[in-house]
Amino acid sequence: MRSESSVTAAGDSAFVPAAPGRWSRARASLGKSMRDMGVLVIFLGLFVALSVSSDAFLTSTNLLNILDQWAPVGIIACASTIVIIGGNFDLAVGAIAAVAGVIAARVANSHGVEVGIIAALLSGAGLGLVNGLIVTAGQVNSFIGTLATSIAFRGVALATTGGSLIIVSDTSFTALGQGQALGVKWTIWIFAAFVLSLAFLLTRTTMGRYVKAIGGNMEAARLSGIRVDQVRTLTFVLSGFAAAVAGVIVASRVGTGQAGAATGFELTAIAAVVIGGTSIAGGQGAIWRTVVGVSLLALIGNGFNLLNIAPTWQQTVQGVIIVVAVIVDAWLRRGRAGQE
Amino acid sequence: MTSTAAHRELIIELESVDKRFGGAHALQDITLGIAAGTVHALVGENGAGKSTLGKIVSGVHRRDAGVLRVGGREVDYHSPRDALDDGVAIIAQELALVPHCSVMENVYLGEESRRGIVLNDRQLRHRYDALVERTGFELPADARVGDLRIAERQKVEILRALARDARVIVMDEPTAALSRPEAELLLRDIRELRDAGTTIVYVSHFLEETFSIADTVTVLRDGRLVGTVDPAEVSIPDVVTMMLGRRQILEKPQRRDPQDLGPVVLEVDGLTRTGIFEDVSLRLHAGEIVALAGLVGSGRSEIARAIFGADRVDGGQVAVAGHHTHFRSPRDAIRHRIAMLPESRKDQGLVMGASVAENMTLGVLERFSHFGVARRRAERDAAQTMAERVAIRGGALTSPVSLLSGGNQQKALLGKWLLAEPRVLIVDEPTRGVDIGAKQTIWELLRELAAEGMAVLVISSDIDEVLALADRVVVVRTGRIVAELQGDDIDQERIMRAAFGGHRALDTTENEGMLP
Repeated sequence: MRSESSVTAAGDSAFVPAAPGRWSRARASLGKSMRDMGVLVIFLGLFVALSVSSDAFLTSTNLLNILDQWAPVGIIACASTIVIIGGNFDLAVGAIAAVAGVIAARVANSHGVEVGIIAALLSGAGLGLVNGLIVTAGQVNSFIGTLATSIAFRGVALATTGGSLIIVSDTSFTALGQGQALGVKWTIWIFAAFVLSLAFLLTRTTMGRYVKAIGGNMEAARLSGIRVDQVRTLTFVLSGFAAAVAGVIVASRVGTGQAGAATGFELTAIAAVVIGGTSIAGGQGAIWRTVVGVSLLALIGNGFNLLNIAPTWQQTVQGVIIVVAVIVDAWLRRGRAGQE
Repeated sequence: MTSTAAHRELIIELESVDKRFGGAHALQDITLGIAAGTVHALVGENGAGKSTLGKIVSGVHRRDAGVLRVGGREVDYHSPRDALDDGVAIIAQELALVPHCSVMENVYLGEESRRGIVLNDRQLRHRYDALVERTGFELPADARVGDLRIAERQKVEILRALARDARVIVMDEPTAALSRPEAELLLRDIRELRDAGTTIVYVSHFLEETFSIADTVTVLRDGRLVGTVDPAEVSIPDVVTMMLGRRQILEKPQRRDPQDLGPVVLEVDGLTRTGIFEDVSLRLHAGEIVALAGLVGSGRSEIARAIFGADRVDGGQVAVAGHHTHFRSPRDAIRHRIAMLPESRKDQGLVMGASVAENMTLGVLERFSHFGVARRRAERDAAQTMAERVAIRGGALTSPVSLLSGGNQQKALLGKWLLAEPRVLIVDEPTRGVDIGAKQTIWELLRELAAEGMAVLVISSDIDEVLALADRVVVVRTGRIVAELQGDDIDQERIMRAAFGGHRALDTTENEGMLP
């Protein structure tokens, strides 16, 4: 229900957030915090349950291990959040990560590790640009467009390696994936940097505002003078770049580039975004939500290992938890809409 | 009670009905009788509770307190389905039809004839034909609903209600999305329905149309019943006074003399978009309000969009303050300080999930940012100032714009474009679906802006709006400018004649054969 009763006064012209306005704001923020809690409650519940049932869980070694393990998917998921809020999907991130890993390994062998990494990151951004142009200039549905390019990109990775592994001879290549600073793996630092900078981008910059506006109402954004296609393309470039970072990390861990790396990352990333509560319809969402979503998925995997439950059931439980999270989210949203 | 209604039995009776939504008291102590076989109108400003009342009668909402009797029996509907089973149907503002299905399929959706799980198309057709014959509502059974005009789609909804033997049909703003002739068609259908014995609860804020159709009018204000009157015995201004609870200030506008006007700021020359509009030439002076009048579908909005660079054009030129240019995008136009309030605030104007302030500053965010980082305080201050200027009420700047009423959303949209400080302001249906209070505010604002030197182009289907605002009226018919009226020449009849066309010359002033 709109705050209808406040429409009547026409005599005074001052903009005073009248009582009903304040009330609706209070209710809106209550509804919002309820929604936030939906994901957080499940996450915290699982966290407490694991802390109680396993001695090995609540140790810094274990927690840092989880973070390290999930950093590549987490980085991709953060960038995917931006793409999804902008009203698109990027299914090519797994393939871009593979291409980036392969290029990093190959160029590292021929021109040195630093050049290899830079080349990988640039190619990731470049492939993202290709995706963006296909979706905007080509006016192709992003789901279909990036599904197609993901197949093509994977093929590029395969052709580059010739089907075999590319082992990097310079061992400093593994520093990124295996090294650490201040007792914490570089991968975790990079993940943290992504979280913070993308959260800043989304909440504090004009670009972030434009992404939300475009995802919320593209025509309104266009008529507001926003360069809609340019902003949408940029989200894909960002996504490609993040995928490349993830790809380089994956390759660096094992010191090899391989065409089959990062398979399925795109879907795990989207799952994390959705579990966090970012609207799949676009326009609304947050980076911290995705961080919670990634953490939830990570806890499930970790819990299975620690509690020695047959890993065969792990996928089933993951799927069930995704469904539950989405139902709870929809339920809370509906409750809120019903009040309006 | 009216004399006609007094003799009829009451089909719907409400006693001390109350309804709250959270903290808002939507309806208070409503006691009302609706006579069978009449058109009973519920009128009031947006938020007066008229829609809510209609929804309680039809089972969409449940009352919190009080008694609802239908056909003399006390009822307690839990859903629209309950009400429908009891013969009470609602036709909502947003139609609930499946566009890809045929008329017949839609009419019997959920009640198909079948053998086991197999559809029995032949029997369905028999039922449809019988229904059409019984009710006299003719629509091709196999037409795809998506291909029908909106007025015809409403007819499908009516047929659907009749197919379920509805005795009472609640219609919530049925003509809001209709052009004038389409609305006339619908009103005719409603009269036929009533004459066949169906009771119509008619919720609307178009008073003229309400007066032409209603047997009884009930006025609501702030969730309370103000009174029930016979439209034959009272005038529209009387009812407006009842609705507003104060004397209305609808002054006749003073049309500005051409010599008072400033220089030409917008010059459109031979603008053409093949198949949509042709050879459109316009001039707007600083300080002038020009109305682009015409029927829905005549090409008015398309012309405005083309001027604004939102659609491509096939020929012609647009000049702003003497500089010939051609806008390739809205961004281009905005840079030349042209602004456009689009036709649909929901689809083209506002980002519904975003806050009021975010919506208002969306077009000028670059002004409130340092190297791409938004300066939130400056942004909020600007939004706050503008919100005061356009008199937005009913919500905080930080709450979602979707929580505002239609009128306040429209004010927010206007405020958004005023932040862009335009020289030329194009407004497409600036007060559609807006209550009378907000309408007045918006009209006054537009007059003020013109007085300050802005050139304003108003596109409107609302003839009152055209008459209330325009210094000059340009009439569009089938994509061409067919008349231009100035000063004392501006009157309803001339505008309507030009808009509808026909054989009569446009410049005739005789009063023969008034058009709808």
